Amino acid sequence: MARKDVGLKVDRRKFLTGVAVAGAASAVTPQAGNATTAAGTAAARLPSALPPTAHTIAAETGTPRALAQTNRPDGSDFMVDVIKSLDIDYLPSNPASSFRGLHESLINYGKNKKPEFLTVNHEEIGVAMAHGYFKVAGKPLMSLCHGTVGLQHASMAIYNAWCDRVPVIVVGGNDLDASKRPPGTPTYHSAQDVNALVRDFTKWDDTPVSLQHFAQSMVRAYKIAMTPPYAPVAIALDTGLQQEPLRNGEKLSIPRYVPTSPPQGDANAVREAARLLANAERPVIVVDRAARTPNGINLLVELAELLQAPVVDQGRRMNFPRTHHLSRALGVIRQADVIIGMELSDFWGTVNAWIDNGDHGHGVQESRIKEGTKLISITSADLLTKSNYQDFQRFQVVDVQMAADAESTLPALIEAVKAAIPASRKAAIEKRGEASRKAKAEARERNLAAMAVGWDASPISTARLTMEVWAQIKGLDWSMVGSDRQMSSWPSRIWPMTKHYHHLGTSGGLGLGYNLSAAVGAALANKAHGRFSVNLQPDGDFMYAPGALWTAAHHNIPLLTVMHNNRGYHQEVMHVQRLSNRRIRVAALGKTTGPIGTSIEAPDIDYAKMASSMGVVGIGPIKDPKELAPALKRAVDVVKSGQPALVDVWTQPR
Amino acid sequence: MNCVARVTMAALAASLWLGTDGSLAASAENGKKVYMAVGCWGCHGTVGQGGVTGPKLAPDPMPYETFSAFVRTTNRAMPPYHELVLSNNDLADIYAYLQTVPKPADYKTIPLLNQ
Repeated sequence: MARKDVGLKVDRRKFLTGVAVAGAASAVTPQAGNATTAAGTAAARLPSALPPTAHTIAAETGTPRALAQTNRPDGSDFMVDVIKSLDIDYLPSNPASSFRGLHESLINYGKNKKPEFLTVNHEEIGVAMAHGYFKVAGKPLMSLCHGTVGLQHASMAIYNAWCDRVPVIVVGGNDLDASKRPPGTPTYHSAQDVNALVRDFTKWDDTPVSLQHFAQSMVRAYKIAMTPPYAPVAIALDTGLQQEPLRNGEKLSIPRYVPTSPPQGDANAVREAARLLANAERPVIVVDRAARTPNGINLLVELAELLQAPVVDQGRRMNFPRTHHLSRALGVIRQADVIIGMELSDFWGTVNAWIDNGDHGHGVQESRIKEGTKLISITSADLLTKSNYQDFQRFQVVDVQMAADAESTLPALIEAVKAAIPASRKAAIEKRGEASRKAKAEARERNLAAMAVGWDASPISTARLTMEVWAQIKGLDWSMVGSDRQMSSWPSRIWPMTKHYHHLGTSGGLGLGYNLSAAVGAALANKAHGRFSVNLQPDGDFMYAPGALWTAAHHNIPLLTVMHNNRGYHQEVMHVQRLSNRRIRVAALGKTTGPIGTSIEAPDIDYAKMASSMGVVGIGPIKDPKELAPALKRAVDVVKSGQPALVDVWTQPR
Repeated sequence: MNCVARVTMAALAASLWLGTDGSLAASAENGKKVYMAVGCWGCHGTVGQGGVTGPKLAPDPMPYETFSAFVRTTNRAMPPYHELVLSNNDLADIYAYLQTVPKPADYKTIPLLNQ
């Protein structure tokens, strides 16, 4: 696309000289060296690597036969100017020929600052790092993906970001012009419409065909990604366009980025919601991704206290302080007469239970709420529903539905509720708060008593691990950068989570390979604030993209990773057991603890050694709970010094 | 005495437990093996401590009649275990194992639970 025919001069870039010369030599006498070696004397020693052929060089480097000599800068320098205008901090990416022009401009012309190139071993790691980074910093990162193959590697992480409503700027190299692109590998890595791979789960994509088009597309992509509902976007970056010299006299401009105001709920719908809430006997607030920013937490506290209404935080963001007397578990909705759900990923699944039993395997569904309970929904997800992927969940009828951003709607809703509360109801509302305070205290007692059961067990209980970690970090400005759902959510139930970076939620799409990489990205964002990042890391997820640890070591990202090593894909342990029971068969175990195909045992993986091999301090495996405290303390000291560390802990299943 | 030793002692004691039918001498030792083999540990933990995936089973398991009836007929989140998958003898052994799980310390006496 738009690439000019080039001459045969090869002295424009010094780094290409060697490749070009090597290629020329091989072209003259193809495989001569190989032939000589193979037919050599008995005393001749085989080289450790045979010299590549011209075809191999062309395939592996994707180098055009020659590059034009010019004193004018290439298009990719201008692209760097555009990217810099968006104040993007980092660029976690795996290097590739399809964006070599931009890569070179970023690190040389752009001085490798804003954004800084972070080397990752897999595109899934790069995008997941951007995902985790955003949840702490509130700023999107850009990740470069190499053509068809890189974008396919990245696709799972992009889908997670889509489901989790997180903006990521994905830029994929792609060599469009079939008559100009090098043969072999670059052609395998090119596509007519490469963004089609991820179009079902990106909010917008484009394929710029000129530099000015690129400038508009990048700013437009950033703007769309950052307008609620947040979502990933994709730009296909033509290889030829990057390397095309700027034309003499060509005037290029960079559009100014102006944030778009988030969509707010309709005034009439807000008033109706307020009327229902203000007059309810037992209103309940359920939140999932409601707090987009730290201020969202403050707004939710204000609304909850105004109504003295219990708040159920489903935890895909840190929405509401877990220490607050109105923070409650989902069971509180059973008695509700009005429920307002804000940015729920699954409203049906909130007010209904689905039991994976009976009915010939189709499961049993039961309502969790009383008949006649009024339902209110505010969610920006209603503004962005696609067809193919089914992340929109089951259909739920609600009484007041606002297709709007919850956080932006909260100020108007709070004012409307203030105006709607009858003076006669204020005493009753205060009483609700007292009841909630008592219920909250009782729940904490039950949790602590439950944690004591199996306290000295080996493998180590997740409750014990939770409290051993807490003992080491409680005096620090800490951030839990991974999900705790696989550990019975003990940290969410017990640790005093109050700030947005105390809890970052889950992956969104629940595809494995997210947790470790997102934790590294989040830890990078925390590093700027001097926070201590701790990641409770399931073993199954770890093995999808362990190279994220290397990135943490290479870029000096302090992060404590504590392995929740239950030696299995534990959800599948339970699924196969369930199906075996349903079919009245004994689940075959083979040589492992769980049903065949579900365990990560025999041999056991030594995660400490894996960490050490990548330059991360690795400790463990720890199987005796008494050995936990000294191991964790040692690792915490390493992280405090600015480096990553990992403690492998053999744990109970959940 | 460490936890393992306490469990072993309790298991020996429980091996003398007489089943509810008056004839079944249940084996806690075998019960522990079966508990692991048929997947109870998966949701309830290796010492029956429970978690988000399944409730606490031990210490102080529910009465055997309730326990047995639930295992055989549950239509809730736990899948039922047919006698062809888990024999009555093995079920009784599992119950015997759960009876051997020692009571935990009062959480108020565990420093880490009082931070």
